[in-house]
Amino acid sequence: MARSVSSRRKLINTGFAWAIGLLIFFPILWTILTSFKTEAQAIASPPIFLGFDWTLENYSIVMERSNYARFLWNSILIAGGSTILGLIVAVPAAWSMAFVPSRRTKDILLWMLSTKMLPAVGVLYPIYLLFIQLGLLDSRAGLVIVMMLINLPIIVWMLYTYFREIPVEILEAARMDGATLREEVLYILTPMAIPGIASTMLLNFILAWNEAFWTLNLTAVNAAPLTAFIASYSSPEGLFFAKLSAASTMAIAPILILGWFSQKQLVRGLTFGAVK
Amino acid sequence: MATKASRSAARLMMAPAVVLLLGWMLVPLIMTLWFSFRTYLPLRGGDKGWTGFDNYVRFVTSSAFWPAVQTTLIIVLGVLVITVCLGILLALLLDQPMWGQGVVRILVIAPFFVMPTVSALVWKNMFMDPVNGLFAHLWRFFGADPVSWLSDAAMPSIIMIVSWQWLPFATLILLTAIQSLDSEQLEAAEMDGAPHLKRFFYIILPHLSRAITIVILIQTIFLLAVFAEIFVTTGGAFGTRTLSYLIFQRVLESQNVGLGSAGGVYAIILANIVAIFLMRIVGKNLDN
Repeated sequence: MARSVSSRRKLINTGFAWAIGLLIFFPILWTILTSFKTEAQAIASPPIFLGFDWTLENYSIVMERSNYARFLWNSILIAGGSTILGLIVAVPAAWSMAFVPSRRTKDILLWMLSTKMLPAVGVLYPIYLLFIQLGLLDSRAGLVIVMMLINLPIIVWMLYTYFREIPVEILEAARMDGATLREEVLYILTPMAIPGIASTMLLNFILAWNEAFWTLNLTAVNAAPLTAFIASYSSPEGLFFAKLSAASTMAIAPILILGWFSQKQLVRGLTFGAVK
Repeated sequence: MATKASRSAARLMMAPAVVLLLGWMLVPLIMTLWFSFRTYLPLRGGDKGWTGFDNYVRFVTSSAFWPAVQTTLIIVLGVLVITVCLGILLALLLDQPMWGQGVVRILVIAPFFVMPTVSALVWKNMFMDPVNGLFAHLWRFFGADPVSWLSDAAMPSIIMIVSWQWLPFATLILLTAIQSLDSEQLEAAEMDGAPHLKRFFYIILPHLSRAITIVILIQTIFLLAVFAEIFVTTGGAFGTRTLSYLIFQRVLESQNVGLGSAGGVYAIILANIVAIFLMRIVGKNLDN
């Protein structure tokens, strides 16, 4: 293709796109900047953009005061645990649907997708009640299970679309050579499927990290992850802009970095393969 | 050439996922249905027996219901219009040749990765605070009186926050779709002297129609369930109580489980109507 474009046109595009990109990114940038200010500078009028005394004290105050490490640990355990558990359940399912499809495969896939559409608020009380009776309320194990279940359809779907891209001829050749089902999965499919599995893990980790309905409603003190920690800044601590910013920056930084790696997978994972 | 043995193995491998999801769907659903037909007040006497369709009638006839429906529709439609229109423009722009395209893409996509409670709080305090927020500074700079965004203009504020979160999603998907457009077709149109607008309406927009439909459907499902953004900003006050938020309040705040469950059944039906359309598109895509 390579449509020839005058460099003047390219310059205009560049300027325009960068301006809009920075405008959209600005709230995040502003949060990061504010986290390095003192409280007085954070609310100074007129606002200070760069010419302030950079300080790390907000970070140390937030860490000390709020037991930040525990919330972080909860987030990691819940997002990581649900992702791994989800993969253990989803890999065999997606594998069998991709390589041994039956007449019902399509229906099963669509049905799985439909469970994702169930509005959480519609089943809030039953889950709440079950959690109380099973002693899972405010427990990390409970949240790991719920996160795994709400993201399971996405994991199965993503894996399925990746697995379907693996050429069947290779499998057939292996079968001819007498490979057992176990060998087939272990030595042929797994190596070829690793990139797809990695992307699925990444996206699922991000979704679980940011989930803010169940994490807010099913936790109190022990199992609360970063979403709940930030919500506790709602008021009046939220008016301490510098500390709010430091806490927010710490909560979103890991995911922003992971997210940049997962742009492409995001489209596949969230449109269920309908847009490629 | 699946053998009988591999077929039954396949079924076995699928079983855990199917059983888990079936349980996850059916158990709470049946419980919600059960509660919705009972008078159930956990803090005021517990389960007081059958009540027929009373909860369904009361939920719909309560004075909070229609405003909540209206609020929900305004938020969903407002965010959809903003994100789809701006998303198309942004995708077109990002598709143009430029320097640093990768970096701009990252800047535009970033808000999607910010957890909802953070974006809601950052907007609420650092931008929309009537005293120290950045908007207040900006308004004062131009000699205007600062606005108490989340009380005086609560709905536009919420729509803004949610749109900021979802614009990256729409942009990313529409950009992916634009990039799959056959550029020869566009070039041919360009050679024939078709002006920009015509090329957009006759070639690009039809090509995007499927991606736009998918963006609308997926976003609608998520937007119907917007929760954290309202929870940490207005708490449902100032006319921002959506249907989901109303149900949440009935169930957990006023502990009227029967009434809330009836509301939940309405929400499930509503989401399913949207879901049917989405599944049709996805299902068609599976066939090829």
